[in-house]
Amino acid sequence: MPVSCSSCGEKRAMLKRPKTGHSLCKDCFFMAFEEEVHQTIVNASLFKSGETVAIAASGGKDSTVLAHVMKVLNERYNYGLELMLISVDEGITGYRDDSLETVKRNQQQYELPLKIVSYEELYGWTMDAIVKQVGRKNNCTFCGVFRRQALDRGALMLKVDKICTGHNADDVAETVLMNVLRGDIARLRRCTTISTASEGEGVVPRCKPLKYAYEKEIVLYAYFKKLDYFSTECIYSPNAYRGYARTFLKDLESIRPSSIVDIIHSGENLSVREGVKMPVQGTCSRCGYISSQALCKSCVLLEGLNRGLPKLGIGKHHRLHGKILSQQPLTEKEERKLKSVES
Amino acid sequence: MCQVEEDYQPKLERAQAHSVCRKCVKCKEEQAAVLIRAGDPYCRSCFREYFTHKFRAMLGKTRLIFPGEKVLLAVSGGPSSSAMLSQVQQGLGQSAQKKLRFLPGLVHIDEGGALGLSLEERQRLVSELKAIFQTSGFPFHVIPLEQVLDLPTSAVNTAPPSSDQAPECYKAAGDGRELQQGGALAEPSVDEAQTRSLQQLLGSATTLTAKEELLRTLRQHLLVHEARTRGYSKLLLGESCTRLAVRLLTCVSLGRGAHLAQDTGFSDCRFGDVTFVRPMREFSAKEIAVHNHMFRVPTVVIPSLETKTLEKASIQRLSESFVSRLQQDFPSTVSTIYRTSEKLQTAGGGCCEEDGRCLLCVCSLDTAAGKASALQARLISEQLCCQKPAGTVKVEPPPPAGPCCSSADGECGSAAGGAVCCSSQAPEKKDLQKLLCYSCQLTLRDMSSVAHLPQYILTEAQRRNRRSLMKDEIREFLLEEEEGSSS
Repeated sequence: MPVSCSSCGEKRAMLKRPKTGHSLCKDCFFMAFEEEVHQTIVNASLFKSGETVAIAASGGKDSTVLAHVMKVLNERYNYGLELMLISVDEGITGYRDDSLETVKRNQQQYELPLKIVSYEELYGWTMDAIVKQVGRKNNCTFCGVFRRQALDRGALMLKVDKICTGHNADDVAETVLMNVLRGDIARLRRCTTISTASEGEGVVPRCKPLKYAYEKEIVLYAYFKKLDYFSTECIYSPNAYRGYARTFLKDLESIRPSSIVDIIHSGENLSVREGVKMPVQGTCSRCGYISSQALCKSCVLLEGLNRGLPKLGIGKHHRLHGKILSQQPLTEKEERKLKSVES
Repeated sequence: MCQVEEDYQPKLERAQAHSVCRKCVKCKEEQAAVLIRAGDPYCRSCFREYFTHKFRAMLGKTRLIFPGEKVLLAVSGGPSSSAMLSQVQQGLGQSAQKKLRFLPGLVHIDEGGALGLSLEERQRLVSELKAIFQTSGFPFHVIPLEQVLDLPTSAVNTAPPSSDQAPECYKAAGDGRELQQGGALAEPSVDEAQTRSLQQLLGSATTLTAKEELLRTLRQHLLVHEARTRGYSKLLLGESCTRLAVRLLTCVSLGRGAHLAQDTGFSDCRFGDVTFVRPMREFSAKEIAVHNHMFRVPTVVIPSLETKTLEKASIQRLSESFVSRLQQDFPSTVSTIYRTSEKLQTAGGGCCEEDGRCLLCVCSLDTAAGKASALQARLISEQLCCQKPAGTVKVEPPPPAGPCCSSADGECGSAAGGAVCCSSQAPEKKDLQKLLCYSCQLTLRDMSSVAHLPQYILTEAQRRNRRSLMKDEIREFLLEEEEGSSS
């Protein structure tokens, strides 16, 4: 029995929205999805007219949909933005080189300029080499920290005003859960903000226009619009801690579909007691990037990799920062602790 | 294995024996009897000391409970609350070194009606519990949950804390001795019709998640009412560290981020005059189990709504199995989550005004849809999926309090036009929606009808609605917001 769309009431409903459970036809769904992103952008005042905005594109569904929607909304509502694509090459064979091909295709389809930055040229290490040294348990830390800096450096090279990433509602909810599980109160406070602070040089503010879009709806959108994207999981990711939060979230969604937005609401409304120690923003003394310690995390990680001490940077080694800065050799005992690698 | 011409290996290896004879890490003399955390074996007496000291330190450090104060212990019969009872007994006993000095009473809520237990089953469980309570010597009350249908509206309202705290408490210690005799006070009997109404009420919640939240709310109201009528100013709950970690995760998933500090903190003063205290919150479930086993603390097993359900039956059940599983791989999970809860506080300070409080959970409302918040995104989504009048594509800003459509059938309800006398109308969901906090709104969404809610909730809802209509009429003439509620 054909159900009619609950929005326009005329056409046949083609899909059921995961977010609210309403049955909608294709056009009304596209309209609703795009309209929601537009409202998010307008209410949070994410962009100003005349800015150059870089879209962080990985070739996956989130960034492809983001690029498409940004282009559509930019024209429809005259944001007056100049858009371009940035992509990061981590050097994971079999995964990243395929997705980069997708990004290059996107560039042609959307007619946007593209810049690719790679770990190899920035740091001298590819993820494959890192995993060989570090093992498979803590490698996501390296990739995430390096990618963040890579995006910023790429943005600086292109001289853009803002970066926007394709983080969706599921990602933000997973981050909230993960921070609760890990007890990271500082991150818990910051992770639900839609855009990062914009002071400081060497820092390009970034925002998440898709913050309230469900992952399933993004897939639905890409499917019905026949967008071209690359859809495989990173080969190194199965053992990440985030996987636990992700399965929990998926189960929650099956019990109550609104849980994802509920978790974001919880994250936005919790408040931290006064007197709890919070990190203070400063700059790294070696590379000048923003950091809350004397040395930024990527310098510490790089140092560990270059010296063959892969565990430097995983766990708490603040006391060793001074030693690293002043180029002193580490004692035997410290070296031994830092070398052990789980397979 | 047992073949005829089998070759045995020349040398069989001995299995490595665990070092069983380890010494207690504290007194270093006795043999260890229990391993609490990895690397901390304790002998019996040191463990008992550790447990007792932790309990007394929790109460003493926070200085919440005054000497001579009347304190109500909510005992469900499970391991944590039984351990709490036995600790209080010990602490008040004559032989204790640093005696606890308050006046305890016990309360147990018999929820058998909500769970569908038969009358005989309920009576059996209650008599087991009564036997335990009688040996303690404290005054005790056993109340059936059906009583919640007859509560007055004060159960959902805050009241200012009573003024007789520290100075007069020494005087009260004199009066307290009469209460120490213990024994049951007059008990209400269970009425069949009431049990049916209660089951109807819980049946109107269509999902198990909503049912459990509703049950929790009703239980809370009943406990507060009991404490108020009998003059107790503190209510001790026996929630352990593990259970609070699960509760934290559940609250985050239900959208109760603003109230995390009150739901999982040491003290919870949302009701004003009655404070909830959780003295067992630093004890993990494992420590409590070991303690109960070693020192033979009597417990009674009472089934709950979640018993024997599947893992994904409700959010609460899912969180519990998730935390237990994670704890196996990462043994510090529960304590990390617990430490997170310690660093949180209630947002926005204490607001005594009733209009600023949720009708059901009595926490401050968190439904002010700020710009670019999750709540606003949700309202926009719902508006976009509704039938629009022909020709308009523009999205209107949502009204400041509550969504315009609460059900998923695609109909936009309009905001209430003129003031209607609500005593003649059947209660509807949208009347209650704007009086609830975010997560209670979700619970309401899962209910098929609100007609079965207890009378006190519906009456209070009508009263608050009338009051807010009055306020809207005179809004432009009010100079300042009221500080506290005037009766």
